[in-house]
Amino acid sequence: MAGTPHLQIKDLSVAIEDKQILKGLNLEIKGGEVHAIMGPNGTGKSTLASAIMGHPKYEVTGGSITLNGEDVLEMEVDERARKGLFLAMQYPSEISGVTNADFLRSALNARQEEGKEISLIKFIRQMEKQMEILEMDQSFSHRYVNEGFSGGEKKRNEILQMMMLKPSIAILDEIDSGLDIDALKIVARGVNELRGSEMGVLMITHYQRLLNYIKPDFVHVMMQGRIVKSGGPELALKLEEKGYDWIKEELGIKDETVGAEA
Amino acid sequence: MSKKAPELSSEYKYGFHDKDISVFRAKKGLTREIVEEISRIKGEEKWMLDFRLKALEIFESMPMPMWGGDLTELDFNSITYYVKPSEKKGRDWSEVPEEIKNTFDRLGIPEAEQKFLAGVSAQYESEVVYHNMQKELEEMGVIFCDMDTAVREYPEIVKEYFSTVIPPTDNKFAALNSAVWSGGSFIYVPKGVKCETPLQAYFRINSENMGQFERTLIIADEGSFVHYVEGCTAPIYSTDSLHSAVVEIIVKKGARCRYTTIQNWSNNVYNLVTKRAVAEEDATMEWIDGNIGSKLTMKYPAVVMKGPRAKGVVISIAVAGKGQHQDAGAKMIHLAPECSSTIVSKSISKQGGKVTYRGLASFGRKSEGSKSNVKCDTIILDKLSTSDTIPYNEILNNNITLEHEATVSKVSEEQLFYLMSRGLKEDEATQMIIMGFIEPFTKELPMEYAVEMNRLIQFEMEGSIG
Repeated sequence: MAGTPHLQIKDLSVAIEDKQILKGLNLEIKGGEVHAIMGPNGTGKSTLASAIMGHPKYEVTGGSITLNGEDVLEMEVDERARKGLFLAMQYPSEISGVTNADFLRSALNARQEEGKEISLIKFIRQMEKQMEILEMDQSFSHRYVNEGFSGGEKKRNEILQMMMLKPSIAILDEIDSGLDIDALKIVARGVNELRGSEMGVLMITHYQRLLNYIKPDFVHVMMQGRIVKSGGPELALKLEEKGYDWIKEELGIKDETVGAEA
Repeated sequence: MSKKAPELSSEYKYGFHDKDISVFRAKKGLTREIVEEISRIKGEEKWMLDFRLKALEIFESMPMPMWGGDLTELDFNSITYYVKPSEKKGRDWSEVPEEIKNTFDRLGIPEAEQKFLAGVSAQYESEVVYHNMQKELEEMGVIFCDMDTAVREYPEIVKEYFSTVIPPTDNKFAALNSAVWSGGSFIYVPKGVKCETPLQAYFRINSENMGQFERTLIIADEGSFVHYVEGCTAPIYSTDSLHSAVVEIIVKKGARCRYTTIQNWSNNVYNLVTKRAVAEEDATMEWIDGNIGSKLTMKYPAVVMKGPRAKGVVISIAVAGKGQHQDAGAKMIHLAPECSSTIVSKSISKQGGKVTYRGLASFGRKSEGSKSNVKCDTIILDKLSTSDTIPYNEILNNNITLEHEATVSKVSEEQLFYLMSRGLKEDEATQMIIMGFIEPFTKELPMEYAVEMNRLIQFEMEGSIG
């Protein structure tokens, strides 16, 4: 891909079933940067992740998203993926009867021109290497996509896909939820493995703890469907220490959740 | 993600005709003279002629079934009951008529199957034109030939088993088949012999309005194993065709038989087939049954478990598109202690198609300790399409276990989003979900058939997705 990736979100408004969730959100992510979005429940964090990827339930009612200058909102979900967007989901679907390996290989080949598909041997070698980093048993490649996976296994599987697909912008939606500390370290290892100017990262999390393992360059706080405060890693530490109340006080917000007006 | 209206016209992919090279063709309609003529041309002995004529009487006396699919447009008088394509049978591939080879080529029968051709009997129209028994099988004492040959060359064994599992009185279409049957396979596997390589045959209808009434008889003697594979495709026609086969299988003590079918009749064929096996003590019968084409299929592979610890398995898929009705299922009849059966039925309806699962789980008085597990899953791809599940249970013993589980689902928005978020196009994603859905069936197929099956499903899915 020419140049470093550049995702620009301007004044984004998103509704779900006529309920306005995001209200004028601005965010810019460049290759090499790791952004963390924090905030209490119900402030629109996951909505942002799903809207960037193009989930059909979410309706963009205003604003723009561009990737390297191209209008993302004009693209189908699969096109966004092929252009380099990736969403590690909080609740990934189970696809019965389809093995992880078949799924991953199809996803990789979807990015190749016809006739230039990745060879089976090369694919297996790549996958095995990444699975080793994530301490996943080789049997995972033959198991059906997410079927019967534990919460932690699903998260690891999401990161495995990210490592194989090498996106230019990776969005990690609560990749730390339900993970014990060992699993969290492994998942973080996977993300850090890919860090570099080729990829920008947007992490969504409730907890500072993830940020101990994946060090963010920028931290943003979301409330009432928009980013209300941004800063460096020190902001996350302050939140860990003091919670969110001081921000609410500072900004005169009584109820931080979406739908409550300031 | 915008949903487009489903594409309603999908032409049958194999809808090409070859020039008709038939040598003999019976007049349309069914009369005593035609039955006699069929028997005469085949040079049959009197017992078979008598059997046919008796069956004809039974056929004429039985009413049309009033359940299942709609048979009102089926006109017995507009069907040709016998067509003989060529006088001689090819013993080796080079003798097989060029046009017939072309047909197979155009069907894209994979190369891998060429190597099986030494053991293939390919039915073209009513007569088996190519048959060459694998040397290996001969050495093991396995008989694998077309049914006509079996009647001539192995009359004793044929007489002993023929129509013992499915008598002409079983149903109207079994009676019809008994009267006019032609072709089909005969297999006898001696005691203790295990056939490692599947035995295969191709079936194909090629004349407009021509019925195909093949008759297959398989005997797996004690402790033996055999896997028979039948694959069908047919070209498209302007008027309705009838396919009405009878398949009888006897699985003796401790033997195992697997019968794999992929049927892809064109959308104007009535596919009314009676398939039944008898499983003796410790015997296992497995039907792997895929129904993709036809206008109407009514087919319920059955296993009669006569001996203790006999096992029956039916794993099936049915795909119904525009104007199609797949009324399919299974019958498991437990007559002895500790028998067990499994039914896995997967159906897909799309573009206004209709799928019905119709199944029977029967437990006789002596079926102490028997158990049956039934699982029916349906995916409905659009609002025009429908699905029904009709299970029948007959239970005459208190100490049995019967589990029935049925699901009906759509391709979920979440699954589609998930796959598409990894770069798969919507149609690719849907295909992947469907392939996964029928995987319990495909994984049972020999490799080359699994490939063919996946290709068929891909064809079927083209144009069904917005």
